[in-house]
Amino acid sequence: MQQGRPGIAPLEQVDRSLLRFGNAAEVRGWDPLRYFDEKEIGLLDRFAQFGAVAAREAVADAAIEWTTELRENTAIVTGSCVGGQNTEDEGFVNLYRNNIPRVNPLTIPRTMENAAASRISLETGVVGPTYTISTACSSSNHAIGQAFWMVRSGAVRMAISGGSEAIFSLGFLKAWEAMRVVSPDTCRPFSKDRRGLILGEGGAMLVLEALDSARARGAKIHGEIVGFGMSSDAFHITQPSSDGAVRAIRAALSDAALQPEEIAYINAHGTATAANDATETASIRKVFGAHADRLAISSTKSMHGHTLGAAGAIEAAATLLALRHGILPPTANYTQPDPACDLDVIPNQARHAQVECALSNSFAFGGLNAVLAFRRSDS
Amino acid sequence: MSNEELTGRVRAIIAAAQHVPVDKITPDSTFEELGIDSLDGINILFAVESEFNINIPDDAAQKIGSVRDVVAGIAALLESGGGKGPVRA
Repeated sequence: MQQGRPGIAPLEQVDRSLLRFGNAAEVRGWDPLRYFDEKEIGLLDRFAQFGAVAAREAVADAAIEWTTELRENTAIVTGSCVGGQNTEDEGFVNLYRNNIPRVNPLTIPRTMENAAASRISLETGVVGPTYTISTACSSSNHAIGQAFWMVRSGAVRMAISGGSEAIFSLGFLKAWEAMRVVSPDTCRPFSKDRRGLILGEGGAMLVLEALDSARARGAKIHGEIVGFGMSSDAFHITQPSSDGAVRAIRAALSDAALQPEEIAYINAHGTATAANDATETASIRKVFGAHADRLAISSTKSMHGHTLGAAGAIEAAATLLALRHGILPPTANYTQPDPACDLDVIPNQARHAQVECALSNSFAFGGLNAVLAFRRSDS
Repeated sequence: MSNEELTGRVRAIIAAAQHVPVDKITPDSTFEELGIDSLDGINILFAVESEFNINIPDDAAQKIGSVRDVVAGIAALLESGGGKGPVRA
């Protein structure tokens, strides 16, 4: 992302000739045997594998030393929009098309949206509150926000939170094709010639704990989550509403006790659909007023695609690392300014800028919005 | 297929998709007048594709905003013989 290089390429997991779009942001060269034995793989859909491996990396990065007490006081909150989509598709192809009258009994545990959360619990021995939030494209922002609130309130000492998604099954892609929002070429958020989103897959997990606690044990601190806001549009099942986005952004600022002028960067929802990008721009202008012209905004979906229920988690990681390293990720594939998206969208090249506070937006189908607020940590 | 026949079938498809009487839909109706939003629109195009066994490209779909547009689009696709077979933009 620092290099502004998109991971978008011809789709490999599904026969492209059966689709109107042919490009995607896939996890390439994924070999589950590097992470799981064969029996474990039988229990884990690709999305749960992504979630479990991301959690392993996060736990190792945070250098957690587990105790019984800590395991009882740690939460796991994950986001996923569609769970084990591949597994479900495969089972139903066998049943409906191949006339195989039996469906694999592991289909249910592989398909359930909480499969990643449950797997992380099994691997870590965490026995505190563990659950999954499924709010379409806002899933993992809602998950991280809930986990953040639990840690901040003292309900738990620590949380593992994020999201994962693996969506490349023919049935699901045909449903996206019918929605007519997937780009036939690439993802160009905020660009006048944008033609829609590019679907992606992947996972990201964060370890959350109180700042004092992390400092006291000398943990590596990537940054602070300082606020969370959410809202529902109550407007339309798929069309975005500026009012709903505005309320979620304001709620996040209020929860963080931040003034709009303190925000310097926004990791946008930025799907590159005609409707989202213009509505999101209008929402940002409404919240930030004149300060909107001093904000830097980018959609990293231009590089990692739209990973649906994992989007908020991947974008939270991108935002935290942007603050930590003083490098704001760009909006890749940008070609032409759009008067309806007239913000500084960091076109094509990352920008060196040490900023203190940032937001990350997620606005889901169904009108469900979730916004996280971050602060750079000087630790 | 005559234009009248095509128009009649399109009106019937839209009426069924929107759950409104067919006489509410005239050849001159726009989607806006009929209260057809973007989601209704793609649902209608899905029904049209199924009825005529055609594939309407996304770019063409975006320009459709009236009963007349739907009819003209179908006529063009049927005439060119395009839009059939495996879907590839």
